[in-house]
Amino acid sequence: MEKVFGRPNSLRNVATHYCPGCGHGIAHRLICEVVDELNIRERVIAVAPVGCAVIAYDYWDFDCSEAAHGRALAVATAIKRVHPETVVFTYQGDGDLAAIGTNETIHAANRGENLSVVFINNAIYGMTGGQMAPTTLLGQKTATTPSGRQAGSAGFPLKISEMLASLAGVYSVERASLHAPQEIVRAKKAIKQAFINQMENKGFSLVEVLSPCPTYWGMSPKEALDWIKDALIKEFPLGKLK
Amino acid sequence: MAEGAIQAGCAFYAGYPITPQNEIPAYMASRMPEAGGVFIQAESELAAINMVFGASAAGVRAMTSSSGPGISLKQEGISYLAGAELPAVIVNVMRGGPGLGNIAPSQADYFQATRSGGHGDYHCLVLAPASVQEAYDLMPLAFELADKYRSPAIVLADGVLGQMMEPLVTSPRHKVTKSPEKPWALTGCKDRPANIVKSFYIREGDLERFNLLLQKKYKAIQDKEARYEGLNLEDAGVILVAYGTMARIAKSGMLKLRQKGKRAGLIRPITLWPFPQKVFQRLTVHGKQYTKRIIFLVVEMSYGQMVEDVKLAVDGRAKVEFLGRSGGGIPTENDVIKAVSRLIR
Repeated sequence: MEKVFGRPNSLRNVATHYCPGCGHGIAHRLICEVVDELNIRERVIAVAPVGCAVIAYDYWDFDCSEAAHGRALAVATAIKRVHPETVVFTYQGDGDLAAIGTNETIHAANRGENLSVVFINNAIYGMTGGQMAPTTLLGQKTATTPSGRQAGSAGFPLKISEMLASLAGVYSVERASLHAPQEIVRAKKAIKQAFINQMENKGFSLVEVLSPCPTYWGMSPKEALDWIKDALIKEFPLGKLK
Repeated sequence: MAEGAIQAGCAFYAGYPITPQNEIPAYMASRMPEAGGVFIQAESELAAINMVFGASAAGVRAMTSSSGPGISLKQEGISYLAGAELPAVIVNVMRGGPGLGNIAPSQADYFQATRSGGHGDYHCLVLAPASVQEAYDLMPLAFELADKYRSPAIVLADGVLGQMMEPLVTSPRHKVTKSPEKPWALTGCKDRPANIVKSFYIREGDLERFNLLLQKKYKAIQDKEARYEGLNLEDAGVILVAYGTMARIAKSGMLKLRQKGKRAGLIRPITLWPFPQKVFQRLTVHGKQYTKRIIFLVVEMSYGQMVEDVKLAVDGRAKVEFLGRSGGGIPTENDVIKAVSRLIR
């Protein structure tokens, strides 16, 4: 019988530490499928973030570096400049990429570094216990916005992908989501294209992936997927931004 | 220093402008590409040190340079370098502080360099040149030690050294060792298991075990790598202790005192961490004829930082006095002569 579905080679055969219904496991797997399909496992180098995915290197079976919170794109810039023949990507959450690391993000993008970025937007800080993220929606309750995010004191959801799309150094920006199987297929396609762009020396490519966090959204996994569809996408519309 | 780094095989530089060290990135911007390496003007000190982290993780000799305020920003990255056991060289051309301070020469970052300036239980190797020639010569040594111990190494200079012009022999006097094999580096996992560069140890007991390994490494560094220059120590009644530019002023004061027949000597630590404790212990161990009458006079461009290490090394066996100025003030040769004369009488 033909085997039509299996574990990607570059995904380690271990259980993850993620909560039930979390999107990280799916996103990790999509990356590994792409790495296998492009046959680049032996020349890919990942830079893991600080956040829930801090130990992504325990799940990916290829070279990985840690980076301090927010600094993944500075670390990745140097790795790629030193080894231009490798395929270097960062995997960062919304706090990492769009709050503490905004400076590193904007300048790596503006320099047109030939990198691929997988940006996981779940509108919350997971690892530290559900605090407000730069992408938290107005009215969304978090540990640090107990009565919901108010624009007057906490500002607005930050559309960093739209900001990055305006930079001359950026080659491609796309927003995808993990809330439904067909969207997951689209997300994988976008990630694959971001890797191909780098392999063709096109420059900086970013894929924002809307991802569920049932635990800190206070929802069941199913409710979390529905909330992406009904609320998150309204603020962060899917599709190619550049 | 920049050319010394190039001669040492440094293949990556990232930095951010700050006075008084702007000559280093300017030199690197043209020289590094010639030498086949990478130069990046980073968007911040944070980015620069984390680029150094990435380059080091990728297996090449990498450095950054800055001055006090920028070095403070780099502390996050330096702690991560220590935690991930990555070699790197960080040059600090010290200026006056605290805060924005001024751009005058200073030695007020001694504590920051020799104590773990960032978070966690770690040390950096710290080398302190006293001339342009020595600044050049110490760069290959800094890279060698950083590689040997997989640890960040700081070259601690001051604004005088950063701005002065002196004759320089650029053929490397120091025999430069090539960057060693780095089987842990990130190069793509062809024909080997995947490598991971990290400083994160979340499972119970792992971090303590890792810290014990670090401590073992630091003990080896303390045993083997302390360096100093000693002048006229054996018969000295007052021994000056100074490093960097301050040591040159102290040395000329000491030589003038000798001309007047005053028995002054000088210890110039070349490594500040590890601090050259043994020479102080040798000179003050009980039972030696000169034990009781030695006075150490520590001279610094600060209000007293290295003096604490001298006191720890002497451990109460001799008197330790201090002369210092900070915020741009520099103790003069005359100040040194007067202070020693008072102590010798």
